[in-house]
Amino acid sequence: MPKVEQEAVVVVIKQKTITPSGTVRKLIIRLIIACIIVGLFVWQAFAAVLPQDRSDAMYHSYQGGGMSIDGPSILLRKKIGNHVSVSANYYVDTISGASIDVLATASPYAEERTENSVGVDFLHNKTLMSLNYTTSSENDFEAQSIHFGVSQDFFGDLTTLSLGYSKGNDEVGKTGDESFLELAERQNYQLGVTQVITKNMILGLSVENISDQGYLNNPYRSVRFIDASSARGYRFETEVYPNTRRSNAASITANYYLPYRASVYGEAKVFSDSWGIQANTYKLGYIHTFGDDWIVEMRARHYQQDKADFYQDLYTRSAEFNFRARDKEMSTFNNLSLGLSLTYEFQFSAANFFKKSTINLDFDHVNYNYDDFRNVLVNSTLEGDTSGIAPVGEEPLYQFSANITRFYVSIFY
Amino acid sequence: MKAIKSTHLRLLLVIMVSGFASGCSSTFEPWVKPYERDNLADPIMSMNRNPVSLAYTHHAYQAREGARGAEGGAGGGCGCN
Repeated sequence: MPKVEQEAVVVVIKQKTITPSGTVRKLIIRLIIACIIVGLFVWQAFAAVLPQDRSDAMYHSYQGGGMSIDGPSILLRKKIGNHVSVSANYYVDTISGASIDVLATASPYAEERTENSVGVDFLHNKTLMSLNYTTSSENDFEAQSIHFGVSQDFFGDLTTLSLGYSKGNDEVGKTGDESFLELAERQNYQLGVTQVITKNMILGLSVENISDQGYLNNPYRSVRFIDASSARGYRFETEVYPNTRRSNAASITANYYLPYRASVYGEAKVFSDSWGIQANTYKLGYIHTFGDDWIVEMRARHYQQDKADFYQDLYTRSAEFNFRARDKEMSTFNNLSLGLSLTYEFQFSAANFFKKSTINLDFDHVNYNYDDFRNVLVNSTLEGDTSGIAPVGEEPLYQFSANITRFYVSIFY
Repeated sequence: MKAIKSTHLRLLLVIMVSGFASGCSSTFEPWVKPYERDNLADPIMSMNRNPVSLAYTHHAYQAREGARGAEGGAGGGCGCN
């Protein structure tokens, strides 16, 4: 049976509850070291397995908010002997249109992002280690990252502990400005625990700390400020973000197997960062099977966040504060998505090289509602009819919906 | 206050390490036996049964939200392969 590739690790105690004083920091480090030592201690004791051999070919599409993004993603994964599994992923985003943030100050555009990643999983005395290298390339953005993870089952294989570390580097450019080049780097620490509760229930806990340093802005986005001398009553200027960011996220998941071949799952996640953003995510899903061939999944997801400390829809003057942002991703908003997945499964004979194949269609519809991000484009659509113009700062709040579609074929061997 | 928190954390650390270390004991009897894990091993119990689609979905949400991380993909992991 396929085994989920275990994601990684790191406990970081939430900053809001415990001040990261030197003592606490030392204890966290000791805890991580203890986990690693214990991981080594139980090295040979319990089971771990390599991910299942499979290939996936997917077409993905995102349509909404003025954006159209689609492209392919191809994954190949194959074992080499009994101890090594290698994987490669090729992914493309073809982007056209522009979100409202960009449309307010510029024109729609078209570009392409290509992501390549290669990975190797190594099973040594029943401990699973993984190493991944990813590059992402656009005409104005280059990124690369490396990830290392360790996963171990213990307590009679009822508990799986996984630890992970990632490091990434970004090179940020700007179309039309050859001299523009900024750098950013990122580190992720991850901790995951999966616990079998009963023969029908699994709980999962995942914690991740991410820290960024460098140029964290989007060079194309602007903030707006009141300027009575301007025809619109406001003007735009470049946004300025802090050059460091630290965030903590923790999630808990539960999967329950129903008396017939079906399951329900739930997920709750909390997030906070040093920019003042606080967010909660809740997800519920139900998976139903029809015979041996069909799997149907229905799900709902709700996300809510409070704005960054330095976010404002409208500033009273130019350079009002040292840090300023008007990215809608930094504002107070929520979204609700409803999704459906259909899977049709073919089983091949046991003697065949290919064991199983699936055809899958996943679809999600998402509604975004912003609490303090206003639609400044509303006035530009009136075309000379000034009677409906909203005063500056009183434009209607922005909202939009999006459709996310994935169609893919998977083959297992 | 700091000392109290520090003591509690040390205690927690000792308990966790003791717990992990006890996992090495060959006398540990799992309360869900290996032969009782058919349901847990079913792909419909995995949050990550389609990794390509899941990675894309995380990307699609994360690009438009302030929050990030702890995507986990926990689920499965019952060692029943």
